[in-house]
Amino acid sequence: MPKAGPASVEFRHVSMRYGAVTAVDDVSFTIEAGQLVTLLGPSGCGKTTTLRMIAGLEIASEGQVLIGGKDVTRLSAADRDVSMVFQSYALFPHMSVLENAAYGPTVKGLSKAQAQEMALEKLALVGLKGFEKRYPSELSGGQQQRVAVARALVLEPQVLLFDEPLSNLDAKLRRRVRQEIRDLQQALNLTVAYVTHDQEEALAVSDRIIVMSNARVAQQGTPRELYEAPADAFVADFIGDANLLDVTITAVADGRAEVALGPARLSLPSRGLPAGAAKIAIRPHSLLVTRSGPENALPGTIRKSSYLGNHVDLIVDTPVGELFVISPHNEHLPTAGDAIRLAFADTGIVLVP
Amino acid sequence: MRPSTRLALLAGWLGYALIPWYLPEGWGLAGYPFGRAGTALALVLSGASPWLMPIGLALVVATLLSGRAETAGTGRALVWIGLLGLVAFFAQGFAVTLPEQGIPWLAALLGGAGQSQPGMGFGALLTLFSLLLLMCHGLAYRGVCRGDIFTTSTIGVVVLLIGLFIFFPVATILRSALIDQNGALALADFVERLFSPTIWGLGCISAGTNCGVAWNTLILAVLTGVITTLLGLACALLVLRTGMPGKRLMRAMTVLPIITPPFVIGLALILLFGRSGAVTGLMADWFGIPRSRWIYGLPGVLLAQVLAFAPIAFLVLMGVVQGIAPSLEEAAQTLGAKRWTTFRTVTWPLLRPGLANAFLLGFVESMADFGNPLVLGGNFEVLSTKIFFAVVGAAHNQGQAAVLAIVLLVFTLGAFWVQQGWLGSRSYTTVSGKGDSGLPAKLPTSATVLSAIVIVPWVLLTAVIYAVILVGGFVKTMGRDHTPTLEHYRTGFAIDFSHGLYFEGAAWPSLFTTLKVAAISAPLTALIGLLTAYLLTRQHFAGRRLLEFTTMLSFAIPGTVLGVAYILAFNVPPVEITGTGLILVLAFVFRNMPVGVRSGIAGLAQIDKSLDEASATLRARSFTTLRRVVLPLLKPALVAALVYSFVRSITSVSAVIFLVSAEYNLATAYIVGRVEAGEFGLAIAYSSVLIVVMAAGIALIQLGVGERKLGRRHVALASSAAEPSPSRT
Repeated sequence: MPKAGPASVEFRHVSMRYGAVTAVDDVSFTIEAGQLVTLLGPSGCGKTTTLRMIAGLEIASEGQVLIGGKDVTRLSAADRDVSMVFQSYALFPHMSVLENAAYGPTVKGLSKAQAQEMALEKLALVGLKGFEKRYPSELSGGQQQRVAVARALVLEPQVLLFDEPLSNLDAKLRRRVRQEIRDLQQALNLTVAYVTHDQEEALAVSDRIIVMSNARVAQQGTPRELYEAPADAFVADFIGDANLLDVTITAVADGRAEVALGPARLSLPSRGLPAGAAKIAIRPHSLLVTRSGPENALPGTIRKSSYLGNHVDLIVDTPVGELFVISPHNEHLPTAGDAIRLAFADTGIVLVP
Repeated sequence: MRPSTRLALLAGWLGYALIPWYLPEGWGLAGYPFGRAGTALALVLSGASPWLMPIGLALVVATLLSGRAETAGTGRALVWIGLLGLVAFFAQGFAVTLPEQGIPWLAALLGGAGQSQPGMGFGALLTLFSLLLLMCHGLAYRGVCRGDIFTTSTIGVVVLLIGLFIFFPVATILRSALIDQNGALALADFVERLFSPTIWGLGCISAGTNCGVAWNTLILAVLTGVITTLLGLACALLVLRTGMPGKRLMRAMTVLPIITPPFVIGLALILLFGRSGAVTGLMADWFGIPRSRWIYGLPGVLLAQVLAFAPIAFLVLMGVVQGIAPSLEEAAQTLGAKRWTTFRTVTWPLLRPGLANAFLLGFVESMADFGNPLVLGGNFEVLSTKIFFAVVGAAHNQGQAAVLAIVLLVFTLGAFWVQQGWLGSRSYTTVSGKGDSGLPAKLPTSATVLSAIVIVPWVLLTAVIYAVILVGGFVKTMGRDHTPTLEHYRTGFAIDFSHGLYFEGAAWPSLFTTLKVAAISAPLTALIGLLTAYLLTRQHFAGRRLLEFTTMLSFAIPGTVLGVAYILAFNVPPVEITGTGLILVLAFVFRNMPVGVRSGIAGLAQIDKSLDEASATLRARSFTTLRRVVLPLLKPALVAALVYSFVRSITSVSAVIFLVSAEYNLATAYIVGRVEAGEFGLAIAYSSVLIVVMAAGIALIQLGVGERKLGRRHVALASSAAEPSPSRT
């Protein structure tokens, strides 16, 4: 079977409407061939619908979908060179592991021997050699997930889709499986679109992340871009925690803005913002707890303190409001009622529009 | 064009040019390819039937397109060819029929003024399907249903079948109610018939005469609905909420109405309580109570219907009681409510929608019931029997029958509408996927006692009834002469071995016909039902809601109405099939289709949609998905649909009593005939044979289904999909 190789996926102004409800609204993006791109967002933001439009399980109401440069907007799932790993795995319960994996080539009309050979190869790839005769119900959740991956890989699709593939696994397994998926993607040079609502998972596996909110793309970029330069308050809050505060930009010069945050003064990249009211996103790690720190700091009182092993979560009352602070665990465990000062780290503080 | 489209076209040519167009008389092929056994092509070329030419033209144009690629343009052309071909097909079919009938102006337009033609046959059928498929394939080329030929074609076929065999007959009823003998519109006659005192008269209140049939039917239906619901509730509560003994027996009772032909209960009641019945005789001998005919009339019919339909209410309410999450009652108890308070404030309000549902079911069953009122009614006439006598009786008044059928249809559709629209949104007792570890509350003692008092006589009477049915065939005359005898069985089921195997008994022909017709119609019913269920649950297309509504609607059409509709609609060309075995098969298929749809929907609901999608993303088209993924998982539902349509075909009487002929007589119609002739012994013997045959069949098949293992995890599929659905007469 000739291998088509990975292909890019492009959405041009795609919308999906169900009656009055708009599930996806004028979305455009490109997934480069051979990249793993995550669609990230809270539930109901349209990310799964977007993925299903790539698969051909939903046909876009408007716009164009291109795979490998070819317009596939009206093609059904069966006509697209795309495979999908479902959230529920969707393994056929009446077929053995081998029959499940060989389903694609069998349906395509290949001989049984050939289909089984292809299936066995991919099953070995995901580490399931020796499980061919079992039925899905006789496998653990992690093994079922691998069967689903192997089944999707057998036809060597141009694009591989994952719909929240880890949501049915326990926390420890998740970390391992997501790394396996990433390794597989890089080893086989696959184009992968991956849906998740877990930002940590997204940061860990992706080449690029497309953050969706309310049926639209909120921001797209590399994990680092999203974390360090969030386009808006939503992204700042969704990718890693952030304290979002209203601030005033007093002056802008040479791309740097002077910002007044309560009694403290900060100099930050202006990111094109003019002087006036703005928002600031401060990562919980970027507020440093000191007993009697530098001048440029926020005075505060600890309201709540939770001990979490390697760090302490704090809620601190300050003149600019209640702040969430993550402090590395040190000798003096801060306790509720302590008066402290919060200094600012060099990174993890950005202005957002 | 895709190969499948070329195949459809080829079938069209086969039907048009090679196979006789009309329904043959006695399979004679004299004169082929002209005359009665002629092909459409020959008839057109010889100038005998010019009105068939447009159909041929459609095929010619489609053939010219057969080399074209499958683009949207080709698709549009095919849609138009198919559509115009279908229009031409139906136009000539309805315009040129019997002499003096049809649509004269249209016939003249098509070049067949004053001509006539017989009913359509296999050639026409094949051509019809070909045109339909051409249109559906064209739609698929244009991207409808994601370009899936199988889906569009299935939708087309299902819609055509429902239109032809449900809508068309029912519309024919309306038509024949509105026009007089000469085909002219007769609104005045219609209004007079519709509001006639024989239907709506209130004589039973004011004067000492009978009330109108509509009132009789309504009163009977309301009483039956209320009593069956109460019995069913009492029974469900006792079985599920107490430690009552004999629970398994009670559950087994729910199978009885499925395998009992509807009038058999009435028959047994006559043998017990009739003027010369067993109980009547005892009463007269021991207590001097004079023999009377009290059983003939409202009391008898009501008793028979309650006995026949209470198990259905029991089945429904058992589901409702089970559906109440025990944790709700436990919550009430932890908030300080006593048993009775919990029952009154939590359980009962949650039960109410289910009760209303059970009532409506009993109500509709009673309205649609034909056998019991026929056997036990006496002077107490209801709509279904009145319709029957209007058609087959001395009066032979089809207009009257049509009007009565409309009244009955309005009643049942009204009940159906209330059930769907009002109750559908009001049911609280949905079982969530989450496990509920609570224990159901025990029934308060007073409710237990009350329930027991209600159901003990019912269970006893049911037991006696079935004992009578089984014993009745083995005694000379039930009630008079209890000498054991095999005479009834010999009359009905004797086999003569003297000259090879010869089925001598009088009942054999009807039994064989019944089994044959049921065996042919059951797979068709299952197929159409399951395909429809698949379309309704798994495919999105314009008009899906309408199709769903229509299928649901056919639940509400009483058998009597369907029977009348079929003889009115299929007695004349273009579809002239009365008196054949085919009409029996069709009647069963479309009468039982809701059973297939229902079990299909229930089965499909348990198969996660992502399995279909996974199959699609692995390049399988919907037909492959259906065959390799859905059907294997749906096997239990398939078997259930097969069994119940088979069994219902055997027990059904209301629809087929109009459609049987001397050549094709059915078991139930034969038994009703015996009852009318007073041969109770043979009738009861035959009934018990039917019951035993069906019980054995069900047991056999359930054994087979029970042993099926579906990937080990999905064994739960079998139990729920194989749940018996309420039978209707």
